[in-house]
Amino acid sequence: MELGRRQFFKLCTVGVAGATAATLGFAPGVANATQPRQYKLLRARETRNNCTYCSVGCGVLMYSLGDGAKNAKPRIFHIEGDPDHPVSRGSLCPKGAGLVDFIHSEQRLQYPEYRAPGSDKWQRISWEEAIERIARLMKDDRDANFVEKNAAGLTVNRWLTTGMLCSSAASNETGALDWRFTRALGILGMDCQARLCHGPTVAALAPSFGRGAMTNNWVDIKNANVVLVMGGNPAEAHPVGFKWAIEAKIRNGAKLIVVDPRFNRSAAVADLYAPIRAGSDVTFLMGVVNYLIAHDRIQHEYVRAYTNASLLVRDDFSFDEGLFSGYDETKQQYDRSSWAYQLDENGHARRDPTLSHPRCVWNLLKQHVSRYTPEMVTRLCGTPKEDFLEICRLLGDTSAPDKTATFLYALGWTHHTSGVQIIRGAAMIQLLLGNIGMPGGGINALRGHSNIQGYTDLGLLSVRMPGYLNLPSERQPDLATYLAQSTPKALLPGQVNYWQNTEKFFVSLMKSVWGDKATKDNDWGFDWLPKWDVEYDVLRYLELMYEGKVNGYIAQGFNPIAAFPDKNKAVAALSRLKYLVVIDPLVTESSNFWQNHGEANDVNPAEIQTEVFRLPSSCFAEENGSIANSGRWLQWHWAGAAPPAEAWHDGKILGHLFLRLRELYEQEGGANPAPLLNMAWNYSDPEDPAPEEVAREANGYALADLYDPQGNLLAKKGELLRDFSLLRADGSTASFCWIFAGSWTEAGNQMARRDNASDGQGLGSTPGWAWCWPQNRRILYNRASVDPQGKPWDPKRKLIEWNGQRWSGIDVADFAATVAPGSEANPFIMLPEGLGRLFAAGALGDGPFPEHYEPIESPLEHNPLHPKVTFNPTTRLFDNDRKRMGSAAEFPYVATTYSITEMFRHWTKASRLNAIVQPEQFVEIGEQLAAQKGIRAGDTVKVTSMRGFIKAKAVVTKRIATLEIDGKLVDTVGIPCHWGFEGTTRKGFLANTLTPAVGDANSQTPEYKAFLVNIEKV
Amino acid sequence: MSMQSQDILKRSATSALTPPTQVRDHKAEVAKLIDVSICIGCKACQVACSEWNDLRDEVGQNVGVYDNPIDLSAKSWTVMRFDEVQQENGRLEWLIRKDGCMHCSDPGCLKACPSPGAIVQYANGIVDFQSEHCIGCGYCVAGCPFNVPRISQEDNKAYKCTLCSDRVAVGQEPACAKTCPTGAISFGSKADMQHLAGQRVEELHGRGYANAGLYDPQGVGGTHVMYVLHHADRPELYHNLPRDPRISSAIHGWKGWMKPVAAVAFFATLAGTLFHYVGVGPNQVDEHADDHEETKA
Repeated sequence: MELGRRQFFKLCTVGVAGATAATLGFAPGVANATQPRQYKLLRARETRNNCTYCSVGCGVLMYSLGDGAKNAKPRIFHIEGDPDHPVSRGSLCPKGAGLVDFIHSEQRLQYPEYRAPGSDKWQRISWEEAIERIARLMKDDRDANFVEKNAAGLTVNRWLTTGMLCSSAASNETGALDWRFTRALGILGMDCQARLCHGPTVAALAPSFGRGAMTNNWVDIKNANVVLVMGGNPAEAHPVGFKWAIEAKIRNGAKLIVVDPRFNRSAAVADLYAPIRAGSDVTFLMGVVNYLIAHDRIQHEYVRAYTNASLLVRDDFSFDEGLFSGYDETKQQYDRSSWAYQLDENGHARRDPTLSHPRCVWNLLKQHVSRYTPEMVTRLCGTPKEDFLEICRLLGDTSAPDKTATFLYALGWTHHTSGVQIIRGAAMIQLLLGNIGMPGGGINALRGHSNIQGYTDLGLLSVRMPGYLNLPSERQPDLATYLAQSTPKALLPGQVNYWQNTEKFFVSLMKSVWGDKATKDNDWGFDWLPKWDVEYDVLRYLELMYEGKVNGYIAQGFNPIAAFPDKNKAVAALSRLKYLVVIDPLVTESSNFWQNHGEANDVNPAEIQTEVFRLPSSCFAEENGSIANSGRWLQWHWAGAAPPAEAWHDGKILGHLFLRLRELYEQEGGANPAPLLNMAWNYSDPEDPAPEEVAREANGYALADLYDPQGNLLAKKGELLRDFSLLRADGSTASFCWIFAGSWTEAGNQMARRDNASDGQGLGSTPGWAWCWPQNRRILYNRASVDPQGKPWDPKRKLIEWNGQRWSGIDVADFAATVAPGSEANPFIMLPEGLGRLFAAGALGDGPFPEHYEPIESPLEHNPLHPKVTFNPTTRLFDNDRKRMGSAAEFPYVATTYSITEMFRHWTKASRLNAIVQPEQFVEIGEQLAAQKGIRAGDTVKVTSMRGFIKAKAVVTKRIATLEIDGKLVDTVGIPCHWGFEGTTRKGFLANTLTPAVGDANSQTPEYKAFLVNIEKV
Repeated sequence: MSMQSQDILKRSATSALTPPTQVRDHKAEVAKLIDVSICIGCKACQVACSEWNDLRDEVGQNVGVYDNPIDLSAKSWTVMRFDEVQQENGRLEWLIRKDGCMHCSDPGCLKACPSPGAIVQYANGIVDFQSEHCIGCGYCVAGCPFNVPRISQEDNKAYKCTLCSDRVAVGQEPACAKTCPTGAISFGSKADMQHLAGQRVEELHGRGYANAGLYDPQGVGGTHVMYVLHHADRPELYHNLPRDPRISSAIHGWKGWMKPVAAVAFFATLAGTLFHYVGVGPNQVDEHADDHEETKA
């Protein structure tokens, strides 16, 4: 068509008119089919699971491609919170909300790989090759170095030159297989993440109350009147659990107090924040005890009836100038015999109910804490005196029987050389206030990994066995000695003293471990267990490795060079191994420790002769199984997809390796094969044990018909046990983990229960959701929630009551069900005196009362309390590590490491969604220090300790204050610990490059929270 | 096949004389209430938002603050804003505000938008971008009193929070509200959210925040995303939250009173042309003259 100029103008005019009309809104209706984006989940398959990161154990709904049809391969494309879950109620924190990017991370491993000695690259291998080579290396090492008998000729069956790190994010069923696998081989250098996080919790809470676990549960926090957050930062580390602290504030009018070196995100919503110098918590807590006693803010009736305040202590116990009685300077240990009760002719503790006897615990405690005045607290902690006193007043208010405070803590208390004693201090305060056993009370140890509670329960620590039984040592040469030393005698008349049943638990464990091979005649296979000489905790094992005394190491779901203290030492240690096996869903720094990553990992691959295997494993979303949250709830979860490419389930990897090793021993013989050959591995597919089978085994079976003393049948042979009261010491029951008995009964999988109906009393208990050890008791020590006569301390918080025949109520009584109120039996049934311990007697290595000692790297020259004893006198420090400690002259600033909300350890850096919200490594410093050093926000800084350096961006903040400590100004450098030289985030440095290899004196959990650094602008 | 919601109350660049389909308007207005006093700034909402909406922004940098990504973008529809404020009593406060679209009752973006149907408001109050109609002119950015929409560098279209219109359409809460660990984000009918806000404000008064209050600015007709602020008298403390947001007068003029005037002028011109044609008739022009001129040229 041809257009003339005029025609063109005409057309233009019409066009402009049309456009104008349209612009004015007179458009034709073609574009009116407006709609929101299509809803993407309509027919997707929904699978229930639990978040794999922290111990809140939030419920998640996973949505996968396909509707379940055989021809559709499920791929998880969306995850959101499970609104039915009683704790999370649909919420997920930024880590949980980003789970889908962990499952599909660019760093997910797809197939087995091998790195040859001296090589600078990975090569792909088949599973057959991998299993064959690893089994060969393991067998050769075991045959060469197995210790069947020690120097004294005693059978010890231990293998010390290969160790294993077990993953606390794996399911209980994987954990049970880990235990069988390592112990069958005689491995003692075995630990899980519990060693690096809540080791001190178990060591402190067990001797205080009887069990080493969080006393209450997440939802119960809502019942508190005061929430003290100290040594933890739940808004960042446990955001969804922190929901219930907010709930306490809003619905219960609770006061939320945060005490921390850093004004953190918990402090952002607190009623009161008070700063404290990292490493001075014992002083603060003993100051609180002193205040409560001095101002008579005590729940007197509770203290008299339920604590050991009235028990008399031996006359030769003393404390003087920083040392308790019995110190041996050469051994750097105490002889603890004087730290004990005075006993009468029956072996029972002497008691003065009037609390007037000068040797009663009450008066010794009063004397011990009298030095911890508010002035001393301010001097050592840097906490303003008014803030400290206000906190004391608020806590003191909860000494009223109908008021409770709850303590929330985590690694800020455990990661110290005095970690256990800090937690003990908290336990003592809560006993004095009458807050243990109470709804809204308790010491809530907020555990770390999603199943670290389960891994602790299953005894995946160097010298532990499932159900908090100890692995026999070589000083317990036979079963009788072991049992005699492991079975406590009641220290007061009429006590439940539940550990008197140790033999039943142990024999049932042995029947599960060795099956039919365990008989009365062979002491239930006692000899086949490895016997330890010393504890092979992570720090000791690292030292042995560093000295070249370890040949092989298996890291399952564990990133040791990121997790162990002193990363440079850890890399040097791994470089001296012959072989390293890494089982992980992700690329980790540890599997690539031999690669050069510039300043972040400055090594020469050619010089590293370690053979490295990288085996791809499944993740939470791809398996069935149970994990135990911090509140001891065992929750069952289901797979929503298959593992990617050639990745295998952990159980399948262990099964293949175990069977191949067994085969090699059958074919070739070798160092004592008996434990390996006798280990029960009775699964329908032994190469790939089904989680359901392993879970039932953990619960346990009747191996014969079981009758009560009246001849009534309790359980038929072959039936699953309904609870641990059925366990026998005669070999007629088997249970792999006695505290899990009741988790999978003849009534089915109790861990999969999903009845979230509440208790009807508004206390938030959901006994029909999942299953909780022990015996589905949701609040531990709940007998102490009622007075000795059975009357609730607070009528509005009635957990249990006596119905004339037995205890009943909305919770299962943590007590002998048929022992009436008013009896002699005391509420702490796992302790031989039945009383909460203000005085820990000889249970701990560094004292029955907490005492403040300075961190090994301290800004102070001397401990102002006792200048001659500045450090914890029982701290174990290897010479190699002693040389790597710095002084305040060279490293003037206190440093502390921690987690931030957006990240979970060194894991979420592989998840793109999390990398987006916290892309790059940073450290935090106060404005004063920044001004002194000429550092501005966003500058790159270098932080150096005696052990190495990191570089990071500087966040300059008002939230970290300069504190005056003992007359000296002390600045703090805050170091989040989430980046490394692998990941989707920007490359960074492993923060533990800076931290010292020294542990808590009792549990050897490393000090990550108080050490010295210098900082410079780059 | 396209699905029609037929509940469009407002539609960009559309005259009231030819309104969008809207008969299905019997719907409660919804709202999101963000209680800044219990927000821990964890960024779960940021992650859940990106996850639900299949967005993956760039992995950025740390520039010396907690805020990351540092600003809203076409692929980050909500971000947390962190402010450290030393109060007069010496107490430090870390004020953390979730920033994103406020879903105004009188949306400046929609008013400014020249492209028909690129921005709509549903009967439940949600302001949604229909990006296939977006011409990337950026007027919505200028029109927004909260500085929220962002133009994508990849496709030159504007993007922002949809209040999870796809979830709300099927009866679910937005992803951010569901995931919020502390319950700082609530979702429900606007009336319920206002009531809840009242309770929260009362509780905050009891804790000594005498100036606590609800932020539901009337200058934009109220919003479907509201804040509970502990210092409602000083909204600027929260990363410069505007004290009294309004649609700029230029847009009010252009899209407000100017529009009928322009319409009248347009129709008058059209009518004039018509009368001229009928009354006077077309100009007689020798078509060939043109051709000659062309040839000469």
